[in-house]
Amino acid sequence: MHVTSPVRTPLVTGGKTYADVTEDICKQVEGKPTKEWKIAFAISVVVLLYGTCCLFWTWWEGLGVWGLNKTVGWAWDITNFVWWVGIGHAGTLISAILLLFRQKWRTSINRAAEAMTIFAVICAASFILMHMGRPWMAHWALPLPNTFGSLWVNFNSPLVWDVFAISTYFSVSCLFWYVGLVPDLATIRDRAQNKVSKYIYGTLAMGWNGSAKTWARYEYISLILAGLSTPLVLSVHTIVSMDFATSVIPGWHTTIFPPYFVAGAIFSGFAMVQNLMLIARVVYKLEDYITFEHIEMMNKIITLTGSIVGVAYLTEFFIAWYSGVEYESYAFINRATGPYWWAYWAMMTCNVISPQLFWSRSLRRSVKWTFFISVIVNIGMWFERFVIIVTSLHRDYIPSSWAMFSPTMFDIGDYIFSFGLFGTLFLLFSKYLPVINMAEVKGVLRTTSEQLPKKIAGVSKADRLASPAYKKDAE
Amino acid sequence: MENQTKRYWKGLEELRNDETFVKNAHNEFGSFEPTNSSENKSIVDGIGSDRRDFLKVLGFGVAAVSLAACEAPIRKAVPYLNKPVDTFPTIADWYASTYAEGGDYASILVKTREGRPVKIEGNKQSSVSRGGVSARAHASLLALYDIEKLKGPKKGDADADWDVIDKEISAQLAKGGQIRIVSSTILSPSTKAVIGDFAAKYPTTKHISYDVNSASGLIKANAESFGKAILPSYDFSKAKVIVGLSCDFLGTWVAPDAFSTQYAKGRKISSAKGGNKSMSRHFQFETTLSLTGSNADYRTAIKPSQEGLVALALYNKITGNGSASLGAEVDKMLDKAAKELKAAQGASLVVSGSNDASVQVVVNAINQTLGSYGATIDLGTPAYFRQGDDAAMNTLIDEVKGGSVSAVIFYGCNPVYDHPRGAELKEGLSKVALSVSFADRADETSSLCKYIAPAPHYLESWGDAQPVAGFYSLQQPAISLIYKTRQAQSSLLKWAGLNSDFYAYLRNYWKANVIGGADFENAWTKALHDGVYEKGAVAASGAGTVAGVEAAVAAINGAYKANASGLEVVLYEKVGMGTGALANNPWLQEFPDPITKACWDNYACVSQKTAKELGIAQDDVVKVEIKGKSVELPVVIQPGQANGTVAIAIGYGREKAGKAGNGVGVNVYPLAQLKGGAVSFSAGEGTLTKTGDTHKVAQTQTHDTVMARKSVLQEARLGEYQKDSKAGRYFPHVVTSEGVKAPGEISLWNGYEKPNHSWGLAIDLNSCTGCGACVISCQAENNVSVVGRQEVINRREMHWIRIDRYYSSDAPVDDLSGLEVASENPEVTFQPLMCQHCGNAPCETVCPVLATTHSTEGLNQMAYNRCVGTRYCANNCPYKVRRFNWFKYFDNDKFDYHFNNDLGKMVINPDVTVRSRGVIEKCSMCVQRIQEGKLNAKKERRRPIDGEIEVACSQSCPTEAIVFGDMNDPSSRISKLLAEEKEGRAFQMLDEINVKPQISYLTKIRNKDVDTSKATAHEGHQHAEHGGH
Repeated sequence: MHVTSPVRTPLVTGGKTYADVTEDICKQVEGKPTKEWKIAFAISVVVLLYGTCCLFWTWWEGLGVWGLNKTVGWAWDITNFVWWVGIGHAGTLISAILLLFRQKWRTSINRAAEAMTIFAVICAASFILMHMGRPWMAHWALPLPNTFGSLWVNFNSPLVWDVFAISTYFSVSCLFWYVGLVPDLATIRDRAQNKVSKYIYGTLAMGWNGSAKTWARYEYISLILAGLSTPLVLSVHTIVSMDFATSVIPGWHTTIFPPYFVAGAIFSGFAMVQNLMLIARVVYKLEDYITFEHIEMMNKIITLTGSIVGVAYLTEFFIAWYSGVEYESYAFINRATGPYWWAYWAMMTCNVISPQLFWSRSLRRSVKWTFFISVIVNIGMWFERFVIIVTSLHRDYIPSSWAMFSPTMFDIGDYIFSFGLFGTLFLLFSKYLPVINMAEVKGVLRTTSEQLPKKIAGVSKADRLASPAYKKDAE
Repeated sequence: MENQTKRYWKGLEELRNDETFVKNAHNEFGSFEPTNSSENKSIVDGIGSDRRDFLKVLGFGVAAVSLAACEAPIRKAVPYLNKPVDTFPTIADWYASTYAEGGDYASILVKTREGRPVKIEGNKQSSVSRGGVSARAHASLLALYDIEKLKGPKKGDADADWDVIDKEISAQLAKGGQIRIVSSTILSPSTKAVIGDFAAKYPTTKHISYDVNSASGLIKANAESFGKAILPSYDFSKAKVIVGLSCDFLGTWVAPDAFSTQYAKGRKISSAKGGNKSMSRHFQFETTLSLTGSNADYRTAIKPSQEGLVALALYNKITGNGSASLGAEVDKMLDKAAKELKAAQGASLVVSGSNDASVQVVVNAINQTLGSYGATIDLGTPAYFRQGDDAAMNTLIDEVKGGSVSAVIFYGCNPVYDHPRGAELKEGLSKVALSVSFADRADETSSLCKYIAPAPHYLESWGDAQPVAGFYSLQQPAISLIYKTRQAQSSLLKWAGLNSDFYAYLRNYWKANVIGGADFENAWTKALHDGVYEKGAVAASGAGTVAGVEAAVAAINGAYKANASGLEVVLYEKVGMGTGALANNPWLQEFPDPITKACWDNYACVSQKTAKELGIAQDDVVKVEIKGKSVELPVVIQPGQANGTVAIAIGYGREKAGKAGNGVGVNVYPLAQLKGGAVSFSAGEGTLTKTGDTHKVAQTQTHDTVMARKSVLQEARLGEYQKDSKAGRYFPHVVTSEGVKAPGEISLWNGYEKPNHSWGLAIDLNSCTGCGACVISCQAENNVSVVGRQEVINRREMHWIRIDRYYSSDAPVDDLSGLEVASENPEVTFQPLMCQHCGNAPCETVCPVLATTHSTEGLNQMAYNRCVGTRYCANNCPYKVRRFNWFKYFDNDKFDYHFNNDLGKMVINPDVTVRSRGVIEKCSMCVQRIQEGKLNAKKERRRPIDGEIEVACSQSCPTEAIVFGDMNDPSSRISKLLAEEKEGRAFQMLDEINVKPQISYLTKIRNKDVDTSKATAHEGHQHAEHGGH
């Protein structure tokens, strides 16, 4: 039975059959890497290698190769960390919260979004390691039994909360992602032509046999994990925001940070998903699965969260004035008019003004505009963290310590490292694993796909295209 | 019973009992006599049993190499085979000694650990230096371990033996001809006796002393005025009104440590009931903002060309004569100063830093009129800090140039570098048959000498000093000679054919001339123990009339101009670097100048207005040209600098000082003028042009104003303070739902118990002169790394204590961008800032690994081993006192200072860890000293006595601005002080964030009239409703 709602716009276009879905998605896993993929992968690896060299030198020489100083103790390192963690929020939001809200349009994008989450969290974690003066002692931040007897970690420190939050988030995200992959891995296993693929995908599919029992378990576990990760979506960035909010530094010591950071994280995460999906959509010819409907839905969320962030910015200013605290007021005046005014106004323009363009329907359904604004949003969100961290620190309580920060090639190089890492991981994922959750897309196919004439329904797209008879009918 | 057991044999040999078998029977494996070995089979052929050997060797080799690679280098700590008497490992030995270099004097105590001097402290028994030790004297310790010192005598460029050079020099001296000994001021009477003996042997010998920072003008003036060619003793503590005329008596002039102590004494105030609420008033007229000027109550900028006329105008105003106008500002301030000087007749003091005898004669006349002689100036007890005779030095250079000198010996001086006519001397030296230097390195002068007979560092030497008539001190070695050096006195004695044992000489000299009486042994031992031997001053004597005033007035009128319009260049001496003799000392190079906060450079200071007129900005490289001579150096915009003037520091641009000092800044000695034979730092009119280059000046503080932040800095005027002890204080309040509260009343914190001690510091902003002795003292005590110019530019200096210097601003409180600009002639405040050891420490809560924790004695402690380097603590520190080890600062060729060589590392205080890369460090409140003091007390079953434990900064403060002690002990000085000032001047920085520091500050009080019309930013702010509501 194929019942399509007459009022809903279809989530899958092109009159896909189950076989079409399998064929379309498995195609790039099974086929040889395309030229575009090879070029992209080569670039990513080169970028990663360059970044690795920079990172190696940072660790070999010491953090002095960065532009930090006695006044500004964090800059690009923690900016990048928060930026990547923020980006990592979209995946879980899409897969968990939208699952709970039964938003079916998420099925086409959740796989890639979750992969993006995991890789973004890996990138974020790399900055946690990077920013340490003695990264080889990083395990001391874990509550492990140690040679110092009863010495434990400091449970008062937001950095310790961070360690727990990020590691929990990472493990739950990985689990969620992997569980979702299992049916698709089994599909690929079943279609595999050579022994190696069969063995690898077979092992990864963990004996999935497609029985009603396995599907039932799959549904249960998905729901449980969704329930588990929903609070994580909110908690991770809340805790990250507490790195700042629990401090005494004017501009950091702000109770509005948790909701403001979570909104900002979703904002940047969705922008990053847009960027990645728009590319994947074209490269892997997935226009039928990632439709304008999807793009528009995500743009609406971008506009919503962007507006929340904008309100938060204004609230901060209001509170700084209303509190009458000399230092707080100065911190905000300095943000907008001090030596880093350009960073502040870059942030305001990118984060508050640019997403408002999506009030126009034609813009939010335009691939080019969506891509462009998504890039702008991520630039803006990077500046947001830079503004919070650097402009608060560089002029805090004691004027004698006021200083400026300027990045060195290693600040930049280590940031580039994370792009190389992310790109490499994402490209490997998109080649060797199905970028769209076939099982779940098939689940929504019957109700929300575009209907084709009866005659050709059930015939695979490839066959339709190959056979002139179907083609004619289709027309 | 017959042995029934079967018998086994290894082989037929055993059965037969062969001779060879019997021989080897005791060897378990018999003997391997390789049967097939032959000569031509080497181990590498890999055949036969040699192949096995080869594999064995290969295996062993690989294992050995990999093992060796894994092994950490072993450093052997060799225990004493025979323990020296009175020396215990880990227990410090203290020796009293004397720092007397180039006329700078301090009686010191030297702390040695396991035979190495590791710290210098002031000797409070000396009534001359009174425990004051300048930053430079503290840093002189590091010069002991300078790897670039000569390791033995040199003949030309080649190493030589003492015997050889002794023979050659003696032979050369014996040839006759004019012999000259050139030195800087020698405070040592026994050394002068040695020179006397040398001169007796070689009668053509003449001793010429000169000082770079010469006071020969003053000595000459006293000779003219009173017939006494001496420096008098001054007592600033007795003066109610002090006027300084271009005289940096707190920083560089004559005896700044002693003067600082006296000066602070006259300005100590107390909020206690019946406490002293009056202080001296200090006027300063000067060109460049000096340390002294920044402490003055009223400071007026004048041009160098006005200097003489200012003195003259002051004289005329005091005596009631008319004088030419020097501009409205100057006239007004001179009127006021004259009026107040007259009112404080007998308790006033006018000092001038001029090296022009005629100016000093007029100053003498002023002091005579005011009755200062016998009160604040004592001509009866001459001081010997500066004995240089500029005229004699000039003559010497002429003689050398003329080729009439056949031998010249340089002792403790470097005239080729630091004399204005150094280049001429350099030229002339080649004509001198014998030139010898006692310098410790091949510096600008000694490298031109035929012989270098290196003298050891003063901490390796015997000696004595007489800084003030009747006040002697002894210098004893605290370490045996590190290199094959020999004291200059021994060398001179040797060349004079006398017994070269200077220790014996010194004892005999003291026996004969210093310590009279029968019981010499005991008196000598006591003097050696105390470091000082003071006969006491004779009764202060006044002066008769001042002669030669008319001539001086005429000379001044001829030489100075009231309204010169040209750009005038003036040279000055920096508090840290001084004359540049210690330029290879990385501690001093990195010591931020108290005023500019710049280090690792000299620069052209210009005022804001002049810079604007000339179109130059900070860090622009400019070419300063005077009479054909020019230097290129960067610009520092200096508030308080007289408009139309440029000031450049001496002591830089060394070429042969060593790795740390070479090429730092430019040498401006050649720009100094010789006026009537006297060296004048007023270089005359010149031009300043932009070169287009920029050169960043390394500054540890780049924001100059306090932005009207009353919770950071609190100050008041004396008049206000006299009415209300809390004047200038700032009390933030927080509005809550339960009403207005003080910040401390609402807290999330539980606080920490301090059941035993509660260590703290109280810092009197009114006493701190900003000299920075504490900075170097702390650096020496706590093994603080030197990071170099670029890292200071990167704002990463490591000093645990810094002295924040704030200029006042003319802008109103709410003009935030205006507040960033310092006044043209600002009020200056110094605020020493170290870790505040907060009770509610923001750093402690955020450290993920508990590397920084709270002690039960109120200390915020740092466990370097535990630190992973997240720097969160540094970010969250409201005072920004935490320092991160961005690099490895030891054993790193990129930081090629004393931590990069074994000799330099001998300065390390073994009680303090050297921090590794990637960890945070900060002031520990000298916890090692606290611990030592507590252990000593515990051994004696008592509590530590107040004053027994001193931290490095409090101990080295010449003005006792920093008081350390146990705040739980009600009888301690700090407890008493804080009890007195609780309802008075005591405040804690950033009260509103309720971090509860252990460090308290006492408000700065300026002795300015309250009803001045021109309100500065601070006062404007005082009345403004502001802060944490």
